[in-house]
Amino acid sequence: MEKTALNFTLNGAETGVFVDAGANLLDVLRRGVGDQTPKYGCGQGSCGACSVLIDGELHLSCLTLAETVAGKSVETTAGLAGGPELHALQKAFIDGFAAQCGYCTPGMLMAARALLDSNPNPSRDDVAEAISGNICRCTGYEPIIDAILAAASGSGRRFG
Amino acid sequence: MLSVETFETIEEAAGAVGERSRFMAGGTLLMVAVNYGNQGFDRIVRTSDRRLGEISNAGDRVHIGAGVTMAKVAASRDLAFLAPAARSVGGPAIRNRATVGGNLFAPHPYGDFATALLALDATVHWADGREEPIETVLQNRGQSIGLAAAVSVPRPQADEFRFLKVARVKPKGASVMALAAWLPKSAGRLENTRIAFGAMGATAARVKACEAALNGTNLDERGIEPALQAATEGLSPQDDALASGWYRREVAPIHLKRLLIPERRL
Amino acid sequence: MTTIEFRKDLFADERVDDLKQIGKPTVRQDILGHVTGRSPYYDDHLFDGLLHMRCVRSPHHHARIRSIDTSAAERMPGVRRIVMPSDVPHNINTLLSLINFGRDDEPLLSHTKVSYRGEPVCAVIADTERQARAAIAAVRVDWEVLPHVLDVEEALEPDAPVVNEEYPNNTFDYHERYDHQKLRFGDIGAGFAQADRVIEGRYQMSPIEQAPLETCGAIAAPETNDRFVCYTSTQALFFSLGTTAKLLDIASSRLHFVGGTVGGGFGGKVDSIVEPMATLGAVLTGRPVKFMWDRPEEMQVGAPRGGERWYIKDGVMNDGRIVARSFTGFFDCGAYTRLSSYAIIKATGHLPGPYTIPNVASNVYCVYTNRTPATAMRGFGITGVDFAIESHMDKVAEAVGMDPVELRILNAYRDGDMKAHRRLAKNTALIECCQVAADKAGWRIGPQFAAASSLSDGGGDRALIGETVTDQEGRIGERRQRRIPFAPSERGTGRIAAGTAGEAVSAARPQRDDMQPEPERIGHKVSAADPERPAQPAAPPAPAAPPPQAPQPAQATPPPVYEPQAPAEPPAPQSPPPAQPEPYRPSEPFQRGVKRPGASRFISGTRRR
Ligand SMILES: Cc1cc2nc3c(=O)[nH]c(=O)nc-3n(C[C@H](O)[C@H](O)[C@H](O)COP(=O)(O)OP(=O)(O)OC[C@H]3O[C@@H](n4cnc5c(N)ncnc54)[C@H](O)[C@@H]3O)c2cc1C
Ligand code: FES
Ligand code: FES
Repeated sequence: MEKTALNFTLNGAETGVFVDAGANLLDVLRRGVGDQTPKYGCGQGSCGACSVLIDGELHLSCLTLAETVAGKSVETTAGLAGGPELHALQKAFIDGFAAQCGYCTPGMLMAARALLDSNPNPSRDDVAEAISGNICRCTGYEPIIDAILAAASGSGRRFG
Repeated sequence: MLSVETFETIEEAAGAVGERSRFMAGGTLLMVAVNYGNQGFDRIVRTSDRRLGEISNAGDRVHIGAGVTMAKVAASRDLAFLAPAARSVGGPAIRNRATVGGNLFAPHPYGDFATALLALDATVHWADGREEPIETVLQNRGQSIGLAAAVSVPRPQADEFRFLKVARVKPKGASVMALAAWLPKSAGRLENTRIAFGAMGATAARVKACEAALNGTNLDERGIEPALQAATEGLSPQDDALASGWYRREVAPIHLKRLLIPERRL
Repeated sequence: MTTIEFRKDLFADERVDDLKQIGKPTVRQDILGHVTGRSPYYDDHLFDGLLHMRCVRSPHHHARIRSIDTSAAERMPGVRRIVMPSDVPHNINTLLSLINFGRDDEPLLSHTKVSYRGEPVCAVIADTERQARAAIAAVRVDWEVLPHVLDVEEALEPDAPVVNEEYPNNTFDYHERYDHQKLRFGDIGAGFAQADRVIEGRYQMSPIEQAPLETCGAIAAPETNDRFVCYTSTQALFFSLGTTAKLLDIASSRLHFVGGTVGGGFGGKVDSIVEPMATLGAVLTGRPVKFMWDRPEEMQVGAPRGGERWYIKDGVMNDGRIVARSFTGFFDCGAYTRLSSYAIIKATGHLPGPYTIPNVASNVYCVYTNRTPATAMRGFGITGVDFAIESHMDKVAEAVGMDPVELRILNAYRDGDMKAHRRLAKNTALIECCQVAADKAGWRIGPQFAAASSLSDGGGDRALIGETVTDQEGRIGERRQRRIPFAPSERGTGRIAAGTAGEAVSAARPQRDDMQPEPERIGHKVSAADPERPAQPAAPPAPAAPPPQAPQPAQATPPPVYEPQAPAEPPAPQSPPPAQPEPYRPSEPFQRGVKRPGASRFISGTRRR
């Protein structure tokens, strides 16, 4: 099958990969590049598990034609932590018990990150709206919303 | 085998669309077909034409490029009256991708934005220069060939235009129904009313009996009563996983009333 | 933030209170992996040359397969292998055969007919998922559409189509005797006669899809030493391993299964279908093969919690005491047994709910319909009937003009009461739950109900077992003639003397002596409530809690309580349910151990070293 070369920036690093025509970004990230943090939950835009940022904007990688990210910057949960230091959202998710099976978590984190990047002081409704495209079947949305609000206000409680 | 072809202009792309091919805008629907191995096409046609993403004012109308996303509509000051309709589509990630043009062709229960455009009597500007009222575009969309380059809408007076989406999952969910009303007034009475329902049939549709019953009335409980009775005349809502056709028909007048006479929040 | 309130004032002397973890916030041990996206779900394992497998599925609820034409698909680009039913070495199984319960009734790929929409008939393995999908679309199946049945009660009509040839009556066979699971306790006929009023209700629950965010799937690949590794989303790793070994007729020692990180399961990931499929693919191609359900497959063929329909009939006194309760339950198990037969055992074990009712009877049917086979979901076997019971409690409260919370407290079981299963209730807490819930909700209850306690007023007369009426209605095959009602008989044909706890029961014997369970490892303790009972090891997992057996002549004294039937029998379960003399034996004993390839010898019981 014919493959085309695709160059983009993944979590700040220049990346090149060959892709099949019609391949979606989720597949290319997971199998082509080996970034397993975005998850497959539906392949039809309804679950949000595959959420990534493209040039800082929230997108569903399963609905993104891979070749359209040529030259763009893609960010995933793999790039969320700054070196060994976890991102405030990650810490808040740990402290607030905002994950059970963890399958939705990378997508939730990206949706939350997109929100906080554009609105550092969101209301509870803003948060609910921001994660409205992300389904979580285990945890319940309340702890997730709490964690995002805690990350925003820097009020994450830490366990010793 | 699938191929993807990207053209510089919408005109070229329009020329390239043919047998076993599909035009991809935001791809929120078309990529699902790709991911699920739809065997009905093996060419994807795209364009990088920047004109498709523009919003511009022309006299008393606003032109919206077919490639403008819901997020962009929601953020546009010129299109504040359409922001509620744009914000009702999908979640934030979908809105960053879903386009105005794609919404015209989105199958039931989608097409919330098209419902708003229908009530506003939008004009569809085809890539080949033809102009056509949205109503016939929607009616004939099974056959319609060609690409939409833009839509244009008149700018309604404040409070003349209203939109309401009824969904089971909040804040995001597909429509049980969408309602849009354009309610211009002349000397205190309604005139040239346009009422459109989405998700109440194969495509968004106007209810002319309802519009006729509203013309000449005041927006009060008594005045709208005949319109509510005619709320679903000519509509044939379908059964789907969200609601039965029967249910949709039963509750349509209630939602129409809420749209026409918004209840005061306690 | 959610807070938990501990009511340490309740049952204070039943509890040691030097707990170090409970009541204190704790960081989940796996959460660092979750928030960094590093938790290894099955699909996160990368293999070079991974192939993709997809199934051709039935568009019909019920159809015979006249022929399958894969010739076009075989020639499509990227196609490596077409997998036909004949490629499955042992193409028939039932999930619970691993614990000796039920007969093999389900192929991995159907060869003769399909019995639910979405049932797989063959599969394609290709280089890419898209190629596999294209090839699937090119497979032509010649279907002969058959009439189908989608409703449990319609499936029991005499002329209903046969869904599952292994169970031609459209019901699971319980204990090789009845077409339903029975519970008999006391005399419901007398109870209804004594009652001031009889209140009936019909309750129904639709099938419920677990809808885990991660769909079911597995990746299998050849490993060193002629083994196969399988990464899977399963919730039941050794179930999946044993099932794969059996279906593929391969020694379980050649299978290396890796699971443990599950993207949500809720019961829907125990059915062990994706693992044998992926492993079969790896065996047939010698390459890594992924078999993953997409979202519509998860919804359509992923086994849900099955639908249930319940009829409840209560005999109630004017003061609200429930003196008799009869259940008729129908579990919609779909086209194949999977776990529904066992869910019914659990549901029956739950009757009549947390209430002390002196006369209880139930008939529960595991019914085959042309729907997606049902399986486990959290609250296995209990959720549907609990919904029915509690809805019915509200209905009874309304009928007798009583507060629904007070009605529950009045009828709640208390410590020392005899349950319909002939076990004494202990550690009961329904009354306190009702009181706390009422208090939280600002719901006023009368002083005597606010003062009630699970610890007082139980036992005594409430610990007695009345004379129990038995019957033999509903023998296998009988019902199709439409001569007998579905509800438990109110007259009966046999009697078990009052005060008798029932007869000895033993579940299927382990086929290897070294598989006797060791009670000290299982953790059961001997109940102080039955001093006459010697401390005995518990039986191996006893799926069947057989019904009380009635066919003794009326004058015959029931056999002594809790006594093993024959010296050779394994020890009786610790707290045996009502009994049946004959232990269940499969018609063709399913052998464990290395003698029979495909059967894992590690599956049931614990091995003594
Ligand atoms: C999870 C999810 C939630 C959604 N929720 C909603 C919702 O709440 N409300 C709603 O209305 N919709 C919803 N949709 C549907 C869809 O996202 C929108 O209708 C969107 O506007 C479609 O636009 P698109 O650019 O993504 O279309 P595409 O997927 O690119 O195209 C869809 C179809 O329209 C055709 N098309 C696109 N542009 C043109 C053009 N300019 N000229 C001619 N034909 C064209 C394409 O050929 C294709 O057949 C949802 C979709 C998903 C996946
Ligand atoms: S996998 Fe992309 S939204 Fe579900
Ligand atoms: S934690 Fe399992 S889906 Fe969210």
